[in-house]
Amino acid sequence: MSTIFVLLKKEFLQIFRNRAMIPLIFFMPLFQLLILSNAATYEIKNIKFNVVDLDQSYFSRELVSKFTSSNYFILNKVSFNIEEAEESFKTLDARLVVYIPKDFEKDFRTNGKSEVQFIINAEDASAAGIINNYANSITRQYNADIVTKSSVMPDKTPLLNITYSNWYNPELDYRTYMVPGILVALVTLIGTFLSGMNVVKEKEIGTIEQLNVTPIKKYQFIIGKLLPFWIIGIFELIFGLNLGLFLFDVPLLGSPLLILLLASVYMFVVLAIGLLVSTVTNTQQQAMFIAWFFMVLFMLMGGIFTPVESMPDWAQTIAYFNPIAQFNKAMRMIMLKGSQFKDVLPALNFFIVSGIVLMTLAVWRYRKSE
Amino acid sequence: MEYAVEVKSVTKSFGETKAVDDVSFSVEKGELFGFIGPDGAGKTTLFRMLTTLLLPDSGSAVVDGFDIVKDYKKIRGAVGYMPGRFSLYQDLSVEENLKFFARVFGTTIEENYDLIKDIYVMLEPFNKRRAGQLSGGMKQKLALSCALIHRPDVLFLDEPTTGVDPVSRNEFWDMLGKLKSEGITIVVSTPYMDEASKCDRIALMQKGKILDIGFLRDIVGKYDRELYAMKSSNMHRLILDLRAEENTDTVFSFGDFLHYTDKRGVIDKVQMKNEMVLKGHADFSVNEISPGIEDSFMSLMNGK
Repeated sequence: MSTIFVLLKKEFLQIFRNRAMIPLIFFMPLFQLLILSNAATYEIKNIKFNVVDLDQSYFSRELVSKFTSSNYFILNKVSFNIEEAEESFKTLDARLVVYIPKDFEKDFRTNGKSEVQFIINAEDASAAGIINNYANSITRQYNADIVTKSSVMPDKTPLLNITYSNWYNPELDYRTYMVPGILVALVTLIGTFLSGMNVVKEKEIGTIEQLNVTPIKKYQFIIGKLLPFWIIGIFELIFGLNLGLFLFDVPLLGSPLLILLLASVYMFVVLAIGLLVSTVTNTQQQAMFIAWFFMVLFMLMGGIFTPVESMPDWAQTIAYFNPIAQFNKAMRMIMLKGSQFKDVLPALNFFIVSGIVLMTLAVWRYRKSE
Repeated sequence: MEYAVEVKSVTKSFGETKAVDDVSFSVEKGELFGFIGPDGAGKTTLFRMLTTLLLPDSGSAVVDGFDIVKDYKKIRGAVGYMPGRFSLYQDLSVEENLKFFARVFGTTIEENYDLIKDIYVMLEPFNKRRAGQLSGGMKQKLALSCALIHRPDVLFLDEPTTGVDPVSRNEFWDMLGKLKSEGITIVVSTPYMDEASKCDRIALMQKGKILDIGFLRDIVGKYDRELYAMKSSNMHRLILDLRAEENTDTVFSFGDFLHYTDKRGVIDKVQMKNEMVLKGHADFSVNEISPGIEDSFMSLMNGK
């Protein structure tokens, strides 16, 4: 026990002597939260659109005004020629053309239905999808309005009225969604990169040689190496969580203790990955490249930036075995939905099992490499 | 009598290369034993096996009464090792390094202060300085202090004087002499032949094998051929000219002189001088000399 204490003391002395460390620990979460949570957003505003209104009726003007009065669209140009309207796509002046054919109002009054066409610039597929959604919902609303307002009351007034309500994040605030994800990325980075590089550093500088002729046992060395980063990781999570709660007004509906419990076990998994990386490398540079390779994969497939549900089936299967995806999902569940212990139990079990498997593998590799 | 180190037919290969090839020797308790040989002779590999950092492919060795394979844990508490490459924490201070290694061995600086005192007094002014910012000589003293802090029975020093200035080298050997008087067995390796005279006994090593082992005077005493030192103003051409001679056995350059042996044994110095003057070496000189350890090494290396 006292040997581990000596090792821990030495480790912390070295970590805090590293000039880059303190800024990294305190500013990294702040900057990531500030930049990512504000800059990266799914919400699209101020979409410029062109109108081709061949009908020039009360109905058509009403529809256009619905677009312009929403917060999402800004009218760029009105024309009577579709080619001219589409020109704006090339210069990116507009991303949507609303084409209202002749007899738009007349058709509605006589047949009870009429058509309007949306032409969307789909260079950016996900933006196009969102624009389509906005345009549709405006039209739907408009549709409901004129049906009630107009004198025409077809006997087939809408039977089905679809309404939406966004749960757990009613304003679709991207920050609410991003903060838990960023915290996950943060503790993962500390667990894999810092720990892996720290172990390899002893090999690279040759100090491991000197340590190996001392009575220090392998398990003491490993605990002495990994525990500091476990502590820093947990500290970082608490620090980042507080920043999120008090600076970004992110809700925390569930129990903070449950988050800590989950994070404690999760850190064990990522530290095992860090140790594993260190056993297959000899220099810090190699360790960084290997850790980076896996982190990018895990991170991009981890649902932090793009939802796992929209990935192909095979990728979703992989995501199930991706600790980042599991932790990310559980963090959002606890913070935004107030999920309970039993809800995150599958993730916890996964961490325990994968942690034991990876740590056993890492320790076995570590012994062999000696 | 029980030996401090007893090695029997130890072999270690890396791929095709036999780094240590069937090596046997023993070191008596309290002895200062030197391994002398050029880079790549296998000294470091041998030391790494004796300090339990490497497993031998075959053979056995006992250090301080413990088997290097079975009792490796006990050896780790009983020996001190100073690797050839500086292997302390560069980002920790002198004091922190020393304290760390003391604690790891379950002891304190105070407990063994008398042992490292002579070395440590030279380091103490730099107590708060990071190890990475010390000079080469100081780093070496710190490394020695750390290897000694647990009062080991056997001390392994792998090329401790490589890259150290001549004054520090002499100082270092003086320190080893004092440690020896404390009863510590010291096994040291060096590529410098002139350091052989500082050891009690030496082993000459080359390509994984021990060429000869024993007291310096005995090894040198086995050199039984006539040896001549030769010199002229154009040394390079002199070597070429001598090598072209039919009766020349060996010619090696040793500092300012060439060391020469002849197939006939004794040579006629006057005749030799005349021949060389004819070849344009106007200021040629030749003298009989007694052999040194380098001559022995060269001779052993060439299987003579």
